[in-house]
Amino acid sequence: MCYGDHVGRLYSDIILDRFKHPRYFGELPEPDAAHEDVNPLCGDRIRVEVRLDSGAGPEVEAVRYRGDACAIALASADLLAEMVEGRPLGEALQVDRDALLAALQAEIRPSRLRCVTLPLDVLRTALNAVPARS
Amino acid sequence: MTLGERVRADFPILSRTIGGRPLVYLDSAATAQKPRLVLDALRAYYERSNANVHRSIHTLGEEATELFEAARDRVQGFIGARHREEIIFTKGTTEAINLVAHTWAGRALVEGDEILLTEMEHHSNLVPWLLLARERRLRLQYVPVTEDGRLDLEAFDRLLGRRTRLVALTHASNVLGTVNPVADIVKRAQAAGARVLVDGAQAVPHLPVDVAALGVDFYAFSGHKMGAPTGIGVLYGRREVLEPLEPAFGGSEIIKEVWLDRVTWNDLPWRFEPGTPPIGSAVGLGAAVEYIERLGRDTIVAHETALLGEALARLAEVEDLQLYGPRDTAARVGVVSFNLPGVHPHDLAAALDADGVAVRAGHHCAQPLVRRLGVVGTTRASFAVYTTSEDIGALVAALRHANELLGLSRLRSSAR
Repeated sequence: MCYGDHVGRLYSDIILDRFKHPRYFGELPEPDAAHEDVNPLCGDRIRVEVRLDSGAGPEVEAVRYRGDACAIALASADLLAEMVEGRPLGEALQVDRDALLAALQAEIRPSRLRCVTLPLDVLRTALNAVPARS
Repeated sequence: MTLGERVRADFPILSRTIGGRPLVYLDSAATAQKPRLVLDALRAYYERSNANVHRSIHTLGEEATELFEAARDRVQGFIGARHREEIIFTKGTTEAINLVAHTWAGRALVEGDEILLTEMEHHSNLVPWLLLARERRLRLQYVPVTEDGRLDLEAFDRLLGRRTRLVALTHASNVLGTVNPVADIVKRAQAAGARVLVDGAQAVPHLPVDVAALGVDFYAFSGHKMGAPTGIGVLYGRREVLEPLEPAFGGSEIIKEVWLDRVTWNDLPWRFEPGTPPIGSAVGLGAAVEYIERLGRDTIVAHETALLGEALARLAEVEDLQLYGPRDTAARVGVVSFNLPGVHPHDLAAALDADGVAVRAGHHCAQPLVRRLGVVGTTRASFAVYTTSEDIGALVAALRHANELLGLSRLRSSAR
């Protein structure tokens, strides 16, 4: 799909696609972990909710996010959800900024890097609050 | 030739390109570009006269002191202050307002006293008062903003009470462009026994301001929004109000004599200017004032008002575009906020930038106001003396382009 040249230079097709057609936007009934935070630079707000499977693992069974945020932050959250769903908690916590940037396939300017990392920081805070299971 | 076209050559930065396109700079409310007169004054100061001020007994020191104090005189004349000692140089508007919070307000206000603010304040005129209110157990009240982006003056009268000691408000909104009726508000506030502080950051670059005629007690503004360098601003304070105050910060320049156990304070205005001041920047501010005075403030107002009218009319024709603020250009400076539904302001600003159009987007350091508008932020175009009809045309074209790519109209066309 062609989005024209000028926005294409800023926003990769992946960002525009995830922004227009999000896969993981929404909420979970009774999530096992959730966190919400804002980007102090722009006031954008993202909430991430996580359901863990009932095994001893534990594994990230489902992730949903919502919030008032820009295309980069929403695309980042959507990709992040896809990257961590179905993975063990420890592996989910390993996903870092570079992995997200690679998935976004875009050159993100320094002024917008925080848009990429906001969902990541919110997810990590949510997952780190999960109590270790016996 | 309009004023904007005529003066563009005075601003060297306007000849640069962004991604191969000519720069369209519509972010002057954030910071204005600098005319050559200011750049030349800075260069001349640093190349010929740089020295520390006030106590240097040599030629350069005397020249620097003369240039620094001449800048103060120029500012005094520019804003109609009665006395030169009423002009205190600060880092900018924010520091000027904090200075009032730490000096007059810190001394005069006691538990239970009220400060009357408005919903359209910049954080710079909110946070100092939130801090002071917490420390002193003061009560903060807010004049609401009407649907068309003005202050609700009936509510102002209701909120102005026996305990109101300070009314602190912006002269012109940095989000809506609304120009508030400051003279009228000063009369009502002072009749009720309150002092008035005005945040003039968005007014001084655009409107004739006469602090004595307005009758304000304090008036704060920044140099960089009117063509001067960053790091220099002004707090105007009425002499009778400033005279009994002690300094907020210790250091050199603010003292007359120092012993090991006591000090006596310097005269106004130096009592409030600790340390080596930003001398070159003050010289630059003097030059910025000279530039504005040469063009003529009435000429600038006429130019910017005409541009604003043109911008509002042309923007109203952009499909889906939501515009904020008063439609009446007489009550407004050249600041226009808007949104495309479904498009985040930062995405819109990024798309406009790709077409060479520089605007600001987000909450504009006025979160309570943006919340009042019911949005996460806005995209804002703001004008200055060098803005032209071509700039407005470029903005409108870039907005249409962005709307096709990111906006609702694209969704509608793909749904068909």
